[in-house]
Amino acid sequence: MTWEIVLATLAAAIKAGTPILYATLGEILAERTGILNLGLEGMMLIGALTGFLICSMSNDPWLGVLAAIISGGLLAMIHAFLTITLRAQQVVSGLALTMFGMGLSGFLGKVVIGVPISSYFRPFDFPFLSQIPFIGEVFFHQDALVYISYLLIPILSFWIYRTRPGLHMRAVGENPATADAMGISVSGIRYLYTFLGGCLAGLGGAYLSLAYTPVWLENMVAGRGWIAIALVIFASWDPFKALLGSYLFGLVDAVQFRAQALGLAVPSFFLNMTPYVATILVLVFATRETARRHLGAPAALGLPFAREEKT
Amino acid sequence: MSIFLEKRAQSSRLLSALVPLLAIILALLIGAIIIALSGTNPWEAYREMFVGAFGSGYALSETMVKTIPLILCSLGVGIAFRATLWNIGAEGQLYMGAFAAGGIALAFPQGQGWWLIPLMVLASLVGGALWGLIPGFLKAKLNVNEIITSLLLNYVAILWFQYWIYGPWKDPLGYGFPYTAPFGEGAWLPTLAGTRIHLGLAFAVLAALFLYFLLKSTRVGYEIRIIGENPQAARYAGMNIPGTILLVFAISGGLAGLAGMGEVSGVIHRLQPAISPGFGYTAIIIAWLARFNPWLTIAVSFLFGGLLVGGYSLRAFGLSDSLVLILQGLILFLLLGGDILTRYSLRWKRSRA
Repeated sequence: MTWEIVLATLAAAIKAGTPILYATLGEILAERTGILNLGLEGMMLIGALTGFLICSMSNDPWLGVLAAIISGGLLAMIHAFLTITLRAQQVVSGLALTMFGMGLSGFLGKVVIGVPISSYFRPFDFPFLSQIPFIGEVFFHQDALVYISYLLIPILSFWIYRTRPGLHMRAVGENPATADAMGISVSGIRYLYTFLGGCLAGLGGAYLSLAYTPVWLENMVAGRGWIAIALVIFASWDPFKALLGSYLFGLVDAVQFRAQALGLAVPSFFLNMTPYVATILVLVFATRETARRHLGAPAALGLPFAREEKT
Repeated sequence: MSIFLEKRAQSSRLLSALVPLLAIILALLIGAIIIALSGTNPWEAYREMFVGAFGSGYALSETMVKTIPLILCSLGVGIAFRATLWNIGAEGQLYMGAFAAGGIALAFPQGQGWWLIPLMVLASLVGGALWGLIPGFLKAKLNVNEIITSLLLNYVAILWFQYWIYGPWKDPLGYGFPYTAPFGEGAWLPTLAGTRIHLGLAFAVLAALFLYFLLKSTRVGYEIRIIGENPQAARYAGMNIPGTILLVFAISGGLAGLAGMGEVSGVIHRLQPAISPGFGYTAIIIAWLARFNPWLTIAVSFLFGGLLVGGYSLRAFGLSDSLVLILQGLILFLLLGGDILTRYSLRWKRSRA
């Protein structure tokens, strides 16, 4: 009985961690090329709404996810244009993106608040793997988007560390001037990964509205975009560590949710605070670790690149 | 074909004056497209907004009511910007100020003493400042990114605030509604005859004066500016950077806290789950638009107060007041883009050289 609760909580942790995981991976891609995008929250909201709208119209959750990916990417292109082409302040542009995404999703989503949808991503037993004791129950009784995230982690890791395009991407984030001298298009690469980062954030948002709680609610992302931005630092820009961090947060979320369901004596307000407080604590810890072990951010993070101003 | 930027020999004076204006106009135009797409006549929606915000004496006074917290929060965010610190936590600091002031008001329901209001002001300054000092301390001592911490603390502050209203401070005579008991009248800020404009306006103007002189003619203000403009130089000059960061966050949080006091003591007269439509976030745009100048901050706050009040009129059209957030985001985008054009000129090129 108790063991079953543990298993169910761990499985719920994976589910709760998945939207954060997608967003964190997206932000890692952008930040690896030097673009800090604080618009995650806004892109996730737009992804959540677009996914939900398209799915409820077409009855096809996959079409919803596709639309969410595209909408997140398109929104990121605003940030890309402002920060890469116009070299605008990245922090402010990201904040503007978050406000814009919050406003637009609230404005357009008003008519579908709380409307149920019939088709969404449901968990299913993954063939064979779900039979493994413990692991099967926790990791392989999930929905399709969770399985895709399992695949995405090794792919991104391989891409970043082991391929030529991955090398170029890191070069652009660490030393754009040198990358430029090597004939790499700094702007092109930054545009590409900012776009892909937005796509993943949109996907993370769609996970919330099409799998986690298949419904649209205003501001349903509830700070997960910001948690993801903190997790990028915790993960020191590494996909595998992003997985670890996201599931840790999923666990905090799942445990506090379960504690509320069990009617724990602690008021729900305090339980609801835990993900945010935990993020701050993790950020403090991660900042000290990165400083101690010299795992710095990409050197050019947040800085615009302009060739003609070089001396 | 590609676009590239060419640095202007001189940043264009005319453009830098025009850019904020153009940003607002363009944002309204793009907003009009969004309104039109949702099936409403944008011209009518905007007219309704404008009339609702500026069209009558009552409208103007309501706009002024919203302007008060905006000025205070924006001044706080602005002084942090001056030191290149990002305080995205004004919203939470506002709630903490309201919590502290509200606690005092509820503790003295019969309070008629002259000291009650000053005590509430003090409590709100301290409440906001302490909440601001958390990200400030983490930044100053451990170099933790203050953008993320100050923002996440907003969620924590609002949950904390709501815990008290749904829990220990809930009005036993309130039929189960999530409100505290109304404050005693001794805890109400005086208002201007016939309007809801309260004494907080004087606080806001005093705060602007205070910041103006702090930045202009004190050593601390000088250090804040140097740390913002040239941290390297500040370090070589032996300035106490962590101390200044703490001070900036304390001032910034304190001003937002005072804004919260003004809302509950001047307007709402009790505590309720939501007391701010995002004043702390709007303040970021205002601070940026006003280029951190205390006087411009007052003017721009009035404009955004109007945008907020006008937004409420949209409900008559069945439109969501989220449109206000859309417009705010758009203004910020356009302003950022426009800022660059004052320093660079855009050139088109057929192929890469």
